[in-house]
Amino acid sequence: MFDDLTDLYQQLILDHSKSPRNFRVLPDANRTAQGTNPVCGDNYTLYAKVDGDIVKEIGFQGSGCAISKASASLLTESLKGRTIAEAKNLFNKVHDLVTTGNLDGDVGKLAALAGVHKFPARVKCAILPWHAALAAVEGKGETVSTETEKE
Amino acid sequence: MNNLSGTGFHPISIGDQEFMPQQTTKTVDWKALREDFPILDQKVHGQPLLYLDNAATSQKPRAVIDALSRYYERDNANVHRGIHELSNRATAAFEAARVRAAKFLNARSADEIIFTRGTTEGINLVAAAWGTKFIKRGDKILLTEMEHHSNIVPWQLLAERTGAQLVFLPIKGDCGLLDLAQLDAFLTSDVKLLAMTHISNSLGTINPVAEYCERARRRGIATLIDAAQSAGHRPLDVQQIGCDFLAFSGHKMCGPTGIGVLYGRGEVLEETPPYQGGGEMILSVDFHQSTWKHAPHKFEAGTPDISGAIGLHAAMVYLDGIGRDRIAQHDLELGAYAFEKLAALKGIRLFGPPIGRAGLVSFLLDGIHAHDVVTVADQRGVALRGGHHCNQPLMKKLGVESTARASFYFYNTTEEIDRFVEVVREIKKFFGG
Ligand SMILES: Cc1ncc(COP(=O)(O)O)c(C=O)c1O
Repeated sequence: MFDDLTDLYQQLILDHSKSPRNFRVLPDANRTAQGTNPVCGDNYTLYAKVDGDIVKEIGFQGSGCAISKASASLLTESLKGRTIAEAKNLFNKVHDLVTTGNLDGDVGKLAALAGVHKFPARVKCAILPWHAALAAVEGKGETVSTETEKE
Repeated sequence: MNNLSGTGFHPISIGDQEFMPQQTTKTVDWKALREDFPILDQKVHGQPLLYLDNAATSQKPRAVIDALSRYYERDNANVHRGIHELSNRATAAFEAARVRAAKFLNARSADEIIFTRGTTEGINLVAAAWGTKFIKRGDKILLTEMEHHSNIVPWQLLAERTGAQLVFLPIKGDCGLLDLAQLDAFLTSDVKLLAMTHISNSLGTINPVAEYCERARRRGIATLIDAAQSAGHRPLDVQQIGCDFLAFSGHKMCGPTGIGVLYGRGEVLEETPPYQGGGEMILSVDFHQSTWKHAPHKFEAGTPDISGAIGLHAAMVYLDGIGRDRIAQHDLELGAYAFEKLAALKGIRLFGPPIGRAGLVSFLLDGIHAHDVVTVADQRGVALRGGHHCNQPLMKKLGVESTARASFYFYNTTEEIDRFVEVVREIKKFFGG
């Protein structure tokens, strides 16, 4: 009965939503972007320190549901030290993962987000921080909204 | 037969009796009424459906579903245009719905009933047509902090166009009551309109709107009541309320989506210019100018939602067959029961007044986001709503981003509320709360 639910709210997701990693403002961030979901009010600010092509540090602040917060937390762990091109590549993989459940190569802990695809209403929650992170590291510095995400 | 006023044309092919609920004894067997709603008998995620999102839209009884299909199977034609039999029938049924809506609201005349798409369009109509003529730079429009976006944004647009200003009556704390004692101080001479909700869709607050309208009227201030959450939940009498405008949606009171009613007091409608231009609303059209019909037709350009009006007619008859006073009583009981059961839980924050509330409860569980609550509840077959409920300014005032909400209708039972509270308990446990 609760199989789909325990797929969605895996232990790792619950853990990251309760104790999010890198949940802080980076004082020396040179890139930042905001992500909002006007439907539910989820709102995150991503801070990144990008040196040349490399994401040196990344942190976030904000509030929202367990899925969006865990996704943001996992994101900061997996983007640190990556190049911008790698970050973009990972964004695409996560996007695929949460919309289809298909795992394309090794994405480490991010695989915990696979359960999201069975909950179409929650895909936006999972992908929101990724949109913001991408906007930040690519230096677009804009507010991204889930409403630009195609259904 | 080519004349609507002739005696020969078919009356509405659906008589009032046909819409009546199956039983109309003194005490209502609420559980038996569930059988009138085919949709309630199903499983969701393997569990019996427990539909608690009635403030968003209600379910539809068989009588309404049948009225729609009967219309399309037997009487469908355009209204006010044809002189053939089907058009006469469609016109008669459409206008009969208007007469029934006038009775439903105790309006003085069916000419005070304008069919709209719903509450939102009704309010926009007033803002666009009445507001553009009567609201000027420097005027104030008085709203409350508990308004739905549909009773805020149309006024913001009007204010932007005219240079008017919006003022908000404040609510007090989580219990979400307005302070009637403060009202007079807000009714200054530059206020031209008071527009407020009858029942808050987030808080469940029931506002004593007749008192508000009375005080506004004494100062010559026009009034609009958003009855989206009250129509179909309690008796409504526009003469007793004393408002100039009142808007509601059919779909929240057993009717179809896409149809609603805007009541406008006759004298006010007479001096209000048209809303949209087009067919149906004109007397004659020249290349450069036109003359239009009287109210309500001057506000109903284009082919209206004929089947919607007929479905709404069926819904009004169905509700009055049960008795809106009985529904109101049942709402109060369910609202109080749910509030009390939830208040007994630890780590819960409840919104709205503890007593005298409408049949809905908004809540937050400590450390658990409303969306997560709704997702888990859905897996247990329980349909809740989570979010800002189109009340973002109110949420800001309460200092929250969103709430979870359970909203009831007469087909819900206390056993269902027990099951809902049990699921809330499970949710707390699931998230380790
Ligand atoms: C208090 C209130 N006003 C207005 C509306 C808007 O109704 P509709 O979307 O049917 O136009 C709603 C419904 O969501 C409501 O609850």
